[in-house]
Amino acid sequence: MATKAATPATVRVPVESRASRGLWRDALVRLRRNRPALVGLACIAIFVFVAFFAPWLAQYDPNKGGLGKTFEPPSAAHWAGLDKLGRDELTRVMYGARISLVVGVVSVTVGLTIGGLVGAIAGGVGGRIDTILMRITDVFLAIPGILLAIGIVAWLGQGLVQIMIAVAVANAPIFARILRGSLLSLREAEFVTAARSVGASRTRLLLRHMLPNALTALIVAATLALATAIIDVAGLGFLGLGPPDPRTAEWGTMLTDSTEALRRAPWLIFAPGIAIVISAIGFNLLGDGLRESLDPRLKR
Amino acid sequence: MSGMMDVRSTTATGPTSAPPPKAAPAQVGQSLLRVDDLRVWFPITEGLIFERHIGDVRAVDGIDFEIRRGETLGLVGESGCGKSTTGRAIVRLYKPTTGSITFDGVDLAPLEGAALRRMRARMQMIFQDPYASLNPRMNVAGIVGEPLDIHSVGTKAERNERVRDLLATVGLNPDFAVRYPHEFSGGQRQRIGVARALALNPDLIVADEPISALDVSIQAQIINLLQRLQGEFGLTYLFIAHDLSVVRHISDRIAVMYLGRIVEVAPSRELNREPVHPYTVALLSAIPIPDPVVESRRRRIILKGDVPSPAAPPPGCRFHTRCWLRDRLGDPERCSTEEPVLRTMATGHDVACHFAEEVAGSAEQVQAVGRGAPTAPPAGSVSPSLGPDGTPRRDLGALPATPPVPPSAPPSVPSPGV
Repeated sequence: MATKAATPATVRVPVESRASRGLWRDALVRLRRNRPALVGLACIAIFVFVAFFAPWLAQYDPNKGGLGKTFEPPSAAHWAGLDKLGRDELTRVMYGARISLVVGVVSVTVGLTIGGLVGAIAGGVGGRIDTILMRITDVFLAIPGILLAIGIVAWLGQGLVQIMIAVAVANAPIFARILRGSLLSLREAEFVTAARSVGASRTRLLLRHMLPNALTALIVAATLALATAIIDVAGLGFLGLGPPDPRTAEWGTMLTDSTEALRRAPWLIFAPGIAIVISAIGFNLLGDGLRESLDPRLKR
Repeated sequence: MSGMMDVRSTTATGPTSAPPPKAAPAQVGQSLLRVDDLRVWFPITEGLIFERHIGDVRAVDGIDFEIRRGETLGLVGESGCGKSTTGRAIVRLYKPTTGSITFDGVDLAPLEGAALRRMRARMQMIFQDPYASLNPRMNVAGIVGEPLDIHSVGTKAERNERVRDLLATVGLNPDFAVRYPHEFSGGQRQRIGVARALALNPDLIVADEPISALDVSIQAQIINLLQRLQGEFGLTYLFIAHDLSVVRHISDRIAVMYLGRIVEVAPSRELNREPVHPYTVALLSAIPIPDPVVESRRRRIILKGDVPSPAAPPPGCRFHTRCWLRDRLGDPERCSTEEPVLRTMATGHDVACHFAEEVAGSAEQVQAVGRGAPTAPPAGSVSPSLGPDGTPRRDLGALPATPPVPPSAPPSVPSPGV
């Protein structure tokens, strides 16, 4: 309140020289100041890095072992010990990251596409179509995600693609709900009314005004869903519904194997367990950080 | 502030002491917008799967008015009376249930699709909440330029140039075009909203409580901006507000709404000088008068009870459940049985009250407007002299001879022993 009675109303406030930034850029700046989100990002970076460069990082072949060296405890040569077939556990965890990453990303992308489409149609069109789509969504939401995934794998048979489909289907209704909800509230938003009063078409309202504003909630949900997807994949593996090829290094399957030998080689449980926790927490922290930095209510 | 409004209304209505001419003020043009028997009802439904229609919220229930080219019609009433719905029905954000909205000779009510879109270019809206009415993900150039984009006006370069012009017109730096709404203050955002409304050179602007969400210091700036733009571009305004004190400074004529109906329409000056509907009198009595002596002697009319539900409006006159005049007249039956129509009184007011004549000269009216009786003052008392701006001076001599009894004074009761 520097402009007191002394300055007339016509005095123009000097324009700041800094560049203007949109809400996305603004969110990025806020994200960079969010410590937990950065920790999450670091976890994800490690996870992705390991997944990409597993063949170069690992010292051993994930499928080569020796029956003479089974259940060897951790040592300088084998940091996480050797499993029941004498394979290097750390190497297998590194290769397992590839499966988790691919299955997680693909299933969330597919789920996001299906759920996003359903949500956009329901929230954008409304009326009877909305009611029908949402009741179907309710049916899927009524079944717990992992149970739905188990059912789908049991139905379609074991395999990586089946796991992807299962996790995608478990996630899609959540995305549909979120997008439809935010579209519905945005439909009544005053800036949408304003665009409508100017003469904007329905498509324009949806694409230019409602979707860009509904996207933030979806981004947060997708990030958090990546964490659940990784856990779901591991969960399926743990329950014996993992990849059919027993040689495939998959975290959940490795966890099951290690529980069988829990008394003889308790250390085997740590490497896959920690890997699951780090990657899941990483996505969770990032998701929470994104929610805070993207939420327009924190800044107007 | 009052001087600002008087510039127009003095030329329009002539000397204050004489009864106002019934004819339209000279400089305003022909009718731009005519609303006839407009009703906007929102259905109330029940049931999860099969929706049953169980009633209607009669937000707007049969109103008629007219806005002439170049004038400002103020539309006032408390929240929920249907004034915003009226504004939104006019720009066809709501489809009217019945009635017609004739804009420049075209009935808007049945229009759809491309024809409606074409008409929408000629009437624009300014919204109440400057925070909610701008898309946070679009920059100012996108927001202000959107009407041009939708109606494919000019090339992209021309549109950008127009946006810069518009920003300058509303008192913003044209370089702000690349910025986003969250980088502005409330007043600046409202200016962006005004610039958007101006983009297509509309004939009519419906301003839906454009200043209610702003700081008092900013309110005056926006009012002044709107008045300047009206002069520059020959705009016609429908100015919606819940605060009569705001509306009377910008409006040529004022329509007062209550529960979905218009109860009184009059030139702004007349309405403030001589309100004839009991509801208008009550509204005016709530506005403080900037004179401590007069103010201390005024008594606000506190309406009893709440506004009835617009889903089940009371029979007869909608205001009868809360009317102070009806109480004073001893509850005439007509009020609760016969719905008053909007009729034109000798003073040029349009009013919907069976007993509007009783209001004229009443103590309530005099106190509400804070001045002497409009008719010839009783001999011997000081006549209301005119101030330099032509308004009657609000001085002591103009008050009624018997001041109201202060509420604290106990009534004299004979002692029981005597």
